Amino acid sequence: MTIAVFGLLIAAIGSSPGWPSVKETFFSWEHAKESFPELIKGFWINVKLFLICEPVILVLALLVALARVSRSPWLLPLRIVAVGYTDILRGVPTILLVVLLAFGMPALGLQGVPKSALFWAGVALILSYGAYVAEVFRAGIDSIHPSQIASAQALGLSRFQTLRDVVVPQAVRRVLPPLLNDFVSLQKDTALVAAAGIFDAVFAARDYGNFNFNYTPLVVVAGFFVVMTVPLARFTDWLQRRYAQRERAGAL
Amino acid sequence: MSSLLEIEGLRKSYGDRLVLDDVALDVEPHDVVCLIGSSGSGKSTLLRCVNLLEEIDDGVIRFDGREISDPRVDPRGVRRRIGMVFQAYNLFPHLSVLDNCTLAPRRVHGVGRAEAERRARELLETFGLAEHVDKYPDRLSGGQQQRAALVRALCTKPDLLLLDEITAALDPELVGEVLTNVRALAEEGTTMVLATHEMSFARDVATKVCFLHQGRILEQGTPEQIFTAPAQERTRQFLRRVLPG
Repeated sequence: MTIAVFGLLIAAIGSSPGWPSVKETFFSWEHAKESFPELIKGFWINVKLFLICEPVILVLALLVALARVSRSPWLLPLRIVAVGYTDILRGVPTILLVVLLAFGMPALGLQGVPKSALFWAGVALILSYGAYVAEVFRAGIDSIHPSQIASAQALGLSRFQTLRDVVVPQAVRRVLPPLLNDFVSLQKDTALVAAAGIFDAVFAARDYGNFNFNYTPLVVVAGFFVVMTVPLARFTDWLQRRYAQRERAGAL
Repeated sequence: MSSLLEIEGLRKSYGDRLVLDDVALDVEPHDVVCLIGSSGSGKSTLLRCVNLLEEIDDGVIRFDGREISDPRVDPRGVRRRIGMVFQAYNLFPHLSVLDNCTLAPRRVHGVGRAEAERRARELLETFGLAEHVDKYPDRLSGGQQQRAALVRALCTKPDLLLLDEITAALDPELVGEVLTNVRALAEEGTTMVLATHEMSFARDVATKVCFLHQGRILEQGTPEQIFTAPAQERTRQFLRRVLPG
């Protein structure tokens, strides 16, 4: 049945009137081979961006989430900053943030401020995703039952120790799936730096396409992104299963 | 000699609902005080007030001669000397039984890892949990979890143990194993205040029984007084309902 459906779909696409020219423009083996080295070079920028941004985002987001759930009156200014940060940066489209920072910050000409567009594009991704991930963390922290906090406090743990040793470890386990979701999304959004003229895989593919009137490289790059995201998805599945087996009762 | 715990004129309300009204209670070292009364009579709230999990509206709580109901008192200093076990166990699901038991000694009392683990293992063994030391709480039965929670509270060597209906969530056949452990603690001289529905346990083990009704301690006395010759009509009504025969 499944095979029949896919067979029909492929046959329908293959018999469409425009297929021969689409095939030549988007699925040309020669062009794929020719553009490959440039694309790999560009893709390395996407990978680097992702690998550097992800840990920074995790730390920033956790700090923002902790600031938002803090109770101490002394931390009120920090709470206000945290709320403003998440509200504003979730509201601005990531692509605008990338363009604004990558072009705007170097243009300021401030001393000691990096001039690299790539650096600022990375900062834009961190700020934008930091706001999303902070909300994911906060939801996880809020989902921990008050009785857990009460029993930690009854043991004499301070509020900080309660968060560090009891609340956050449980919250992180709970939010693994949405966290992964955001990171898959981030891997793809590293492509947004192309909008700031940075020679990543997408920019390289467009560059090649505009020069040779062939868009096969775009398809190749799409393949790169898929290959990069699937292992992350499998890794998170595995991580969750491991926690579940270890910490939950036999009945699964 | 002064009492370990003295409560005078304690009042606590949630909004306009008064949950504790003019409660007075003395607990001497080695006392086992059982709080009885129907659900909603204020037993749990009273326990939570003692270790400062709840803010009180009025009254004085003195622990070891020091007024702890003063808002300037650091609750952590009080809680490190008072252990508490909850009805729903509240073990930390992401930590093994052993790590549950060593968390407070290591973080709050500055005990080294090896020493904390040695003591925890020893206590877990006495409580019949030797084979479950490295398991995670969700793998244990309710009775085992509650005994692990008892060990967790005891690992900090508290001067006072508060037990909040610790057998109320257990299957009847598991109640016995937990109560056996509590009975042993009482015989060792552990000072305890416990809210309970186990009347026969209260009768056997308590040095003092308090009957709570609508936020007040209506009557307190030795188990013999309360169970055989209660002075108050309310107490008689309650005991008729909960005691078989």
